[in-house]
Amino acid sequence: MKVGILALQGAVQPHEEKIKRLGVTPVRVLYPQQLEEIGGIILPGGESTTMIHLLKLNQLWSPLKHFVKIRPTWGICAGAILLANHVSRPSQESLEALQMTVERNAYGRQNESFVDSLVPTEIWKRFDKTSENIEGVFIRAPKIRDLGTGVDILFTHQNDSVMVQKDKCLASTFHPELTDSTRIHEYFLSLCQK
Amino acid sequence: MASQILGTEMKLKTGLAEMLKGGVIMDVVNREQAIIAEKAGAVAVMALERVPSDIRKEGGVARMSPPEMVEEIMNSVSIPVMAKCRIGHFAEAMVLESLGVDYIDESEVLTPADEQFHIDKMDFKTPFVCGAKNLGEALRRIGEGAALIRTKGEAGSGNIVEAVRHLRTLRSQIRRLTTLGSEELMTEAKELGAPFALVQWVAREGKLPVPNFAAGGIATPADAVLAMYLGAETVFVGSGIFKSSNPEKLAHAIVQATTNYQNPKIVAECSKGLGSPMRGLDVNLLKAEERLSERGW
Repeated sequence: MKVGILALQGAVQPHEEKIKRLGVTPVRVLYPQQLEEIGGIILPGGESTTMIHLLKLNQLWSPLKHFVKIRPTWGICAGAILLANHVSRPSQESLEALQMTVERNAYGRQNESFVDSLVPTEIWKRFDKTSENIEGVFIRAPKIRDLGTGVDILFTHQNDSVMVQKDKCLASTFHPELTDSTRIHEYFLSLCQK
Repeated sequence: MASQILGTEMKLKTGLAEMLKGGVIMDVVNREQAIIAEKAGAVAVMALERVPSDIRKEGGVARMSPPEMVEEIMNSVSIPVMAKCRIGHFAEAMVLESLGVDYIDESEVLTPADEQFHIDKMDFKTPFVCGAKNLGEALRRIGEGAALIRTKGEAGSGNIVEAVRHLRTLRSQIRRLTTLGSEELMTEAKELGAPFALVQWVAREGKLPVPNFAAGGIATPADAVLAMYLGAETVFVGSGIFKSSNPEKLAHAIVQATTNYQNPKIVAECSKGLGSPMRGLDVNLLKAEERLSERGW
């Protein structure tokens, strides 16, 4: 199986390294035909406004909008913003795969970026019996607001949901690719292999 | 992971640079230009008072931008905003940090405030980007706390030759380090004038411990593509965009070319109908004191 990483812009390489470490072949996705060769896709962190612009220029917008609704997908930070069905501050277009509102840069600017431990929910604990501490790296991070029905929460930080899932679609507002742990990547690959 | 050598605080600083990879960062001098840059797909903007080619032309002391102008730009776009301070001018850097800019560029484009010392960048929560011409300079800046390195190039020249020289020098010096035996590294660190631990890290990993971007003289989509092939992970475009005859179109084209740099057909297509690029300078005709890349050490 191959797993795609949307490679228009952003933190592609750290995901590539994790996926390789777990024995799966990553594919840098830039063009629509590449969606046919992958079992799932990671939408990495970066700038969501830039990605929206480039998705359209590279004719990926419609095919990806279809893909993320039926195939395993994981959006991180800017990727989570792309997956939300509603975006605020400012409002912008999205792929509308998950019923939630995402508020951009909700913690503030870079000076408000932080690293902190996350609290797992029962759903995560059922998958991860190691009870390894999961560190959340939040960089100019968005916040998930107004979660729709049927969207499950995997991790929280203070009172915020920071990683959520509906079917095979995952969104996290923090960056597991910037830590040493591979647990969340393992979880996503398990969704791709189901 | 680079954070093992640089510490966890650096994870957040280099982390933002990771998010900017594969993109274009554009120099802007006002709100209108910032909005054009964001619409064209820039991953960040650099707020400054005058673009480098105007600094070059007008002369005088070039300083940090006025705070109200930086704030106006921060309020007009949702992408990260960077701003420049003078080499060694930590008081300007403190002002920029208090304004909440996302990155501070300790830049040779402005008139240096200190001819001996660069800023101790570890002291700041806001990450720093610094210019470098070679590996020793890059590792000295990283040793001081820079979270991102860019080539110096020759800013405001519209001529990519110096950026190419710096990218190639960096690349070949890194490659050379990876071929040395462990007993040779201390002498190499002495020759490079670089911290020993960082020299060891680069020798083992074959890359810089922080992202590496290109800047200085990029004026066309093909210039950006050349920089990406030579190892730049993102490009800064300074005077190139807003000194061309059609800034919107050129900004758009450089973004598209950078993403698709391995696809010459797309680069060819987006290079059409751009009007005239900035005129540019032959850097060989510049006198030593006119070369911005010679500032800093």
